[in-house]
Amino acid sequence: MSVNSSRFDSAIGWSTRPDAWLSKGVRALLSVFAVILFCGPLLVIFSGAFDNNPDPTQLSVIPDKPSLINFQVATENKIWHYLANSLVIAGGALLLQLSVSVFAAYALARKKFRGQAIALLVILATMMLPEEVIAIPLSLVIGDLPLVHVSLKGTLLGVILPLGAWGFSIFVMTEFMREIPAELEEAAKVDGAGELRLFAQIILPLCRPALGVIAVFGFNMIWEQYLLPLIVAADPSDYTLTVALLALRSDDQVGTGIVLAGALLALVPSLVVYLSLQKSFLRGITTGAIKG
Amino acid sequence: MTAVQQHSDTRDVGSTASGGGAVETHPVRRRRRRRLTGATFTPWLFLLPAALIFLVFKFIPMAEGIRLSLFEVRPFLGDIFVGFKNYATILQDEKFLTASWHTLVLAGGQTLGAMLIGFLLALLLEGHSKSLWFVRSAVFLPVVAATAVIGEIWRLFFYPAPEGFLNDLISWVGLGPWEYISNPDTSLVSVMFVGIWKNAPYDMVLILAGLAGIDRQQYEAAAIDGASTRQRIWNVTLPALRPVITILLTLAAIRGLRVFTEVYVLTGGGPAGSTDVWMTRVYTTAFEQSEAGLASAGSVLLFLVTLVLTVSVQVYRRRKEAR
Repeated sequence: MSVNSSRFDSAIGWSTRPDAWLSKGVRALLSVFAVILFCGPLLVIFSGAFDNNPDPTQLSVIPDKPSLINFQVATENKIWHYLANSLVIAGGALLLQLSVSVFAAYALARKKFRGQAIALLVILATMMLPEEVIAIPLSLVIGDLPLVHVSLKGTLLGVILPLGAWGFSIFVMTEFMREIPAELEEAAKVDGAGELRLFAQIILPLCRPALGVIAVFGFNMIWEQYLLPLIVAADPSDYTLTVALLALRSDDQVGTGIVLAGALLALVPSLVVYLSLQKSFLRGITTGAIKG
Repeated sequence: MTAVQQHSDTRDVGSTASGGGAVETHPVRRRRRRRLTGATFTPWLFLLPAALIFLVFKFIPMAEGIRLSLFEVRPFLGDIFVGFKNYATILQDEKFLTASWHTLVLAGGQTLGAMLIGFLLALLLEGHSKSLWFVRSAVFLPVVAATAVIGEIWRLFFYPAPEGFLNDLISWVGLGPWEYISNPDTSLVSVMFVGIWKNAPYDMVLILAGLAGIDRQQYEAAAIDGASTRQRIWNVTLPALRPVITILLTLAAIRGLRVFTEVYVLTGGGPAGSTDVWMTRVYTTAFEQSEAGLASAGSVLLFLVTLVLTVSVQVYRRRKEAR
């Protein structure tokens, strides 16, 4: 038996020879099935949103009677207001999260100071405290901030601020910053660069790949938030789009098509971010995911 | 912390600071000393924003949660200290016990199911061609979609009438009609199915990374020894993937204990409490029954369980690595 090296490019031994039609055919068929299974449901959201048919028994991959009526009705149900809430939260929290992570990582990776190990441990500990575990007291704290006694209940800031620091981002950024050679810093210091210039002009520009990773992960984490916006909201007009979907569905006056129009609007930003930063995303998973 | 490439200047300052201030004789001693005070403060200045947010939105709530769990919380009337009574109440509460059982089943089933499907997907889609890359990207989409969105569409698919989307599909192969999330007997499995569907592509990516690290010569050697495909996967591929798989399984299972959004969106814990999990129970207790003390005890218990599990997994891993 002659050993064809290309046969061992995959664990299962898919043949890559041009004449291996059986192997190729089976693989193509199964791949198509996988795509239908995992993308089909998302396609149904697209088609349902543009379909003039409010009945959940009439879903399909191609709109039956294409129309924009769902979006018109959804507009009356303040769907754009919810989307705006979501986008403002995503933008604000992401910006804050990125800056906070970069600052913290700079200290942790490029400095040596007393208490550094404790700082790392404390950040690790925050990852043990997701919103689910602290939901109840968090809603109280947001209603009455310690010391300043300001209530963030019903404000977008009440969702943005708790998401402003994320241990995962800080760790990914720290790991990356450690790899930057010290010579660059030394050279800049010899040239008389101060701390802030060193940070902004030498370190930060080199971190662009890692910024992509924590940006796409941060966006995903923020867009996925459900419990937090739910407990911060003082009334339904404070909902994010994802939380509003449930309220829309529970409303008897609102048909399936309108819920799907909302679902589509909530889906598109995640798809856009993923497709434009796909490389960063996959790199982040394989390097950082083990940390949980 | 591991050995880090550090700027020699800052390292000197650091060790001086922790060593008690014996400044060595050095040509630029004056400059150094000035930087010493600056350098000890600067790291903390950079850490300040993170520290502030963590303190206010993580640690203070956690402390407050532990405090509340020891009280009977009565808004406007004043709280009463009750010691561990809330914990005792929860641990004897029929609904909480059922919920904890559901949580374990859901977390375990989802984790194992997603890993199995992810493994099969990875075997199918391993390779360098452009078309495979395209299929992988497409299959990955459920991971990036928000859980609430996915919950909405699957709820519609699960429409229990014979004309429902899924029932229509399975009727082609002579199955159904089923009631999915509308029937207490099948609701938990249906929720689990959606979780597997959403998480399997994520596991696929990690397993693909593991597969890429396997030495091709091992496959060749196995082929020369006359091993079948199944033997090769069982005896070469799986053992090589074991470290990745074990870590992923444990971490995903621990994370699964906190499951909330899927269940809340799909079923809200029903019908008849058949999909009630720990977090939906805590949520109901806190925000619908206004029993903040009881609910806090529930949260603290969840935290303790995840903490113990996470720490023991870490210790186990360290010990294994040291060996």
